[in-house]
Amino acid sequence: MKLLTHNMLTSHVKGVTKGYPLIIKATEVKVNELEFNSQFVSRMIPKLEWSALIQAAEWLGHSQDLPSTLIPDYENDEEFLRKVHRILLEVEVLEGCLQCPESGREFPISKGVPNMLLNEGE
Amino acid sequence: MSGVLLYGCCQKTAHYGQTQTSLGFRLQPKIYLLSAANSYRFPHKSSLKNTRALSSITNLKEIKALLSLRNRPFDTSETFSEKSPFWQLNGLSEDDIRSVMSRTVCGKSAFELWGHGTTTDELRMSLLEYPEENMAPYLQQNSTYKINVYTFNKTLVFKDRIKKIDALDFLPFKGTVNLKDPEYIFCLLEDYGSDPNDIPEEPFHIYFGRWIADGQRELIRSYSVKKRHFIGNTSMDAGLSFIMANHAKVKADDLVYDPFVGTGSLLVACSHFGAYVCGTDIDYNTIHGIGKASRKNQKWRGPDENIRANLRQYGTESLYVDVMVSDASKPVWRKNTQFDAIVTDPPYGIRESTRRTGSHKDIIKPPEDFSGESHVPVSMAYHLSDIFADLLNFAAHHLVLGGCLVYWLPIYRPEYCEEMVPLHPCLTLISNCEQTLSSHTSRRLITMEKTKEPEDSDRLVHLADPRFTPYQGHNSFREKYFSGLTKKNGKDAKVTPRNKE
Repeated sequence: MKLLTHNMLTSHVKGVTKGYPLIIKATEVKVNELEFNSQFVSRMIPKLEWSALIQAAEWLGHSQDLPSTLIPDYENDEEFLRKVHRILLEVEVLEGCLQCPESGREFPISKGVPNMLLNEGE
Repeated sequence: MSGVLLYGCCQKTAHYGQTQTSLGFRLQPKIYLLSAANSYRFPHKSSLKNTRALSSITNLKEIKALLSLRNRPFDTSETFSEKSPFWQLNGLSEDDIRSVMSRTVCGKSAFELWGHGTTTDELRMSLLEYPEENMAPYLQQNSTYKINVYTFNKTLVFKDRIKKIDALDFLPFKGTVNLKDPEYIFCLLEDYGSDPNDIPEEPFHIYFGRWIADGQRELIRSYSVKKRHFIGNTSMDAGLSFIMANHAKVKADDLVYDPFVGTGSLLVACSHFGAYVCGTDIDYNTIHGIGKASRKNQKWRGPDENIRANLRQYGTESLYVDVMVSDASKPVWRKNTQFDAIVTDPPYGIRESTRRTGSHKDIIKPPEDFSGESHVPVSMAYHLSDIFADLLNFAAHHLVLGGCLVYWLPIYRPEYCEEMVPLHPCLTLISNCEQTLSSHTSRRLITMEKTKEPEDSDRLVHLADPRFTPYQGHNSFREKYFSGLTKKNGKDAKVTPRNKE
């Protein structure tokens, strides 16, 4: 699971009102090297919940790469965009789980794939 | 079956697009000719062994979508017929045409139209009227060229082709003929109609023009699911997948989502055009690429059979975002998550069941031996009407303005009427194209564009819509599907409790 995906996911446990962001508990993390695309990263940045991205990077031990607030004129700052690219698309949780911050319900991640299915009545 | 595309002078007085002032000329507006087979057929892995036929409107809608990607209109001649293998397009530039051809699966070739007519004399007069300054750049002394002859619905012997080429010697070709690697290719195209049982002596129409580009039909072969790393029983074939991506106007740097992703055929097609892709499916085994294989001489799926490996096979792994095991009816995405396009083939319940998580009973606690990963929640009936209602509601909330939803809607033909196509106040119906599946069933490729942001009232209005009644009931479409087959075989259907209902 990439952090771009994590930034868009929320808990849908019944009755939960504050299910975002999901807490990442990773037991295996991998960093791939992927082709950098400044246009895509620039388009995604306004759509992100920035504080949740920072939090996710901290949980995975990659927070040193990212500023705590969005910088102005980021579209023209390639160094900044490359850092965001790395966090969004290259860092990947292979094994672990996502935990609902309100109910504590865990959604397992195996082989990089989150399982968001709930049982009956959940 | 196919034709070609051409470009030439417009008979109208209106002026379109760009005009060049180099060389001191004011060029006439040009016409392009597009060739799209009037009934393109795609092979399909199906137990029915049917060749699935698309209506000609599918071709039209694909070209329109690709033109709209460049904000260009679909402007044709008065004699336009969507069933014709040759379409004349006005008001475009050569760049527009190249852009369309770099993506189209339905279009075969594109040409700059220099002349046309219903007889060789008419063609000759038309060519003599074509401005010489428009021809000149391609007829220079030091250039190389060749002339091809294409016939639609008729085969000519070599001698006749040469005769037709020789009859064009009134054109001021100054260059050298080079059959192997010419700078310019010109084409004579003859339309003998579409009835193979009634081929006339002379063509109904003749065109002559300069070849510009071929379409992308080659993608159907190079992306064939027969050679794909990871497939399933319901994997969408390559041709249809690319048509869906084109209808969705997917483009580089888009974020595209498939909520019923299966083995990822639609993600593969969208990633080819540079989109970043993600998907969900309720089936754990499909998403993880485990379990029984769909290939003939293979029992179990291999260690690296999954959607990501499919993208890797085609060199687009860098565009893979994520796939997840998830129920499409549940709100797993946060409120303002937005996709540029949603492209999907929801289950119809024929070869795969329509499911979602849950149970008819209210079980409060999970089983004691619950281990989280291996446990697959009990599935329950998921009515087709709910699938489409949920899908349209999801699209209304999660598409960007202007973003497209493209999906298949199964149809029982005896009951079909246009009012059955689900609507939503925030989504505008762009196209509805039929693909015949059997004598009594078909599916319609529905394209909708998000044109307004949702308000709370919109959801309730739409859920009360009676359009969804044909899809009420679990496996409703499946029962009708097989009922027709039984009648077709001439056997009396067995009366069972389900049939009685």
